[in-house]
Amino acid sequence: MTTTYAVLSEGLEKRFGDVRALRGLDLAVARGTVCAVLGPNGAGKTTAVRILTTLIRPDAGSAMVAGHDLRRDPAAVRRRIGVVGQYASVDGDLTGAENLRLFARLLRAPRTGAAELLERFGLTDAADRPARTYSGGMRRRLDLAAGLITRPEVLFLDEPTTGLDPHSRNEIWDAVRQLTEEGTTVLLTTQYLEEADRLADDVVLIDGGRATHNGTPAELKALIGNYAEVVVLDRAALPAAAAVLDQLTGSEPVLDAERRSAGAVTTDATLTLPRLVRELDAAGVAVLDAGLRPPTLDEVFLRLTGRPVKELAA
Amino acid sequence: MSAIILDSTAVLGRHLLRMRHAPAIPVMTQTMPIVFLLFFGYVFGSAMAMPGADYRAFLVPGMLVATAANGIMTGMFTAAQDSHRGVMDRFRSLPMSRGAVPLGQAAADLVAAAAGLVPLLLVGLAMGWRIEGGALGALGGFGILLLFRFAATWAGILLGLASRSEEAAGQLGGATFMLPLLSNAYLPTDGLPGALRTVAEWNPVSAVTAAVRDLFGNATPATDAAWPVAHPVAGAVCWSLVLLAVCVPLAVRRYTRS
Repeated sequence: MTTTYAVLSEGLEKRFGDVRALRGLDLAVARGTVCAVLGPNGAGKTTAVRILTTLIRPDAGSAMVAGHDLRRDPAAVRRRIGVVGQYASVDGDLTGAENLRLFARLLRAPRTGAAELLERFGLTDAADRPARTYSGGMRRRLDLAAGLITRPEVLFLDEPTTGLDPHSRNEIWDAVRQLTEEGTTVLLTTQYLEEADRLADDVVLIDGGRATHNGTPAELKALIGNYAEVVVLDRAALPAAAAVLDQLTGSEPVLDAERRSAGAVTTDATLTLPRLVRELDAAGVAVLDAGLRPPTLDEVFLRLTGRPVKELAA
Repeated sequence: MSAIILDSTAVLGRHLLRMRHAPAIPVMTQTMPIVFLLFFGYVFGSAMAMPGADYRAFLVPGMLVATAANGIMTGMFTAAQDSHRGVMDRFRSLPMSRGAVPLGQAAADLVAAAAGLVPLLLVGLAMGWRIEGGALGALGGFGILLLFRFAATWAGILLGLASRSEEAAGQLGGATFMLPLLSNAYLPTDGLPGALRTVAEWNPVSAVTAAVRDLFGNATPATDAAWPVAHPVAGAVCWSLVLLAVCVPLAVRRYTRS
């Protein structure tokens, strides 16, 4: 087991006062893969990362990280992991270079690595400025660099791109991809479905401190099938279009009067685009646009948990 | 064992770098005792008649010890400030010795405090105070000062880790300013009313001040005082060791747990 999984947790529980942050969380992350733990605020993502990185102890349950038992040998776990927290875990009063040299010293790593990492994350010019003067993206990059001083077996990224602009987000994504090419296992938490979709080999949906579903992004999408959407010429034709969708997909269509569109999810593999258009045409609906596409993870989440991600995250 | 030394040295380096980048706070904490020394020495001291002794020469060792007691304040403030920083999470997730973070902080504070002694001593000398206890006495006096500073800093670290916010730590830290006021640092205790005198003489600051005055040859211990002041060198060492024995394990545990 330990050779195939970089992270394996069973029944992790954690309570903060009256709040049950984790209620029996099971996770299995295969070596060399990227696992995205996806869930709304308060789902328990950060608690899970803090437990798996030895920052807090679970009330119950067990976990193996990088082949070592979290409870019995936390020091061995610490030697094999890298952590990038939700809030930059660097010292704002020290410069970027000083931060990396400090962590390198504590890890007994050669200090020359600091310059290399600064270069790699585009921080060479800012190396001698206090980290508190950095932009959000630069701080996060410095944080990521700090997590990579010793090439960790498992890298934990807690919401690595929350609050970042799209440009910085792309830079972080590129860095993560490069790491996984080098064989590092990555467990990242995110509220962004797009992030999970782009980076992850496996996605675990968590809700209320428990893993509710897991699989590849494609498998999760397959769970709810395709999304059929039609745009009609005349708003008055929407009910007719909806009736056709209802009949073909067997699920209740969602109407958008403004876009003059109707959509519904379908797990019927035999439903093709020509058939959809033919049926609409036969019903006398003037169709401007029609499509069958894989659902977004937003739609997956809505379907699987019964609640939209955004509403939960608000 | 060598791991904790390497880790603490790295943490010490971090604190010294921070002092270098933001020198305002360390400079302030080193300057205030000088201001107080001049203020007490010349404003209050002018109205003070100490039979058979010079008040300013009496005051200087008291101010040295009061400054050492500031370790509570700086220790508390730095620890409270740090405990809310993300960098603590990184330290906790690194494979480093558990005690290295507070130990490195206390060591850095000791280095800064030792450096801060120099200008204070120079001002004291300019005010007419002298070390009259010979080289051994001088060595012993400074040793006791730094030992007490180290112990006070650990007490501060424990309080800082236990306090809920930086603000709370700041206010509590300010209150430690009272500690030397209720001791023999600025005034002799023999004029105090009964109960107050007992409290003042059992104040660790009093034993340390009496020890420093004794070792520097500025005053002989008052034999009619409470035990720690009557036997000041033993009293000062005992107080410091007791503080360390209580605060070090508690602070390290607190750091590991929180």
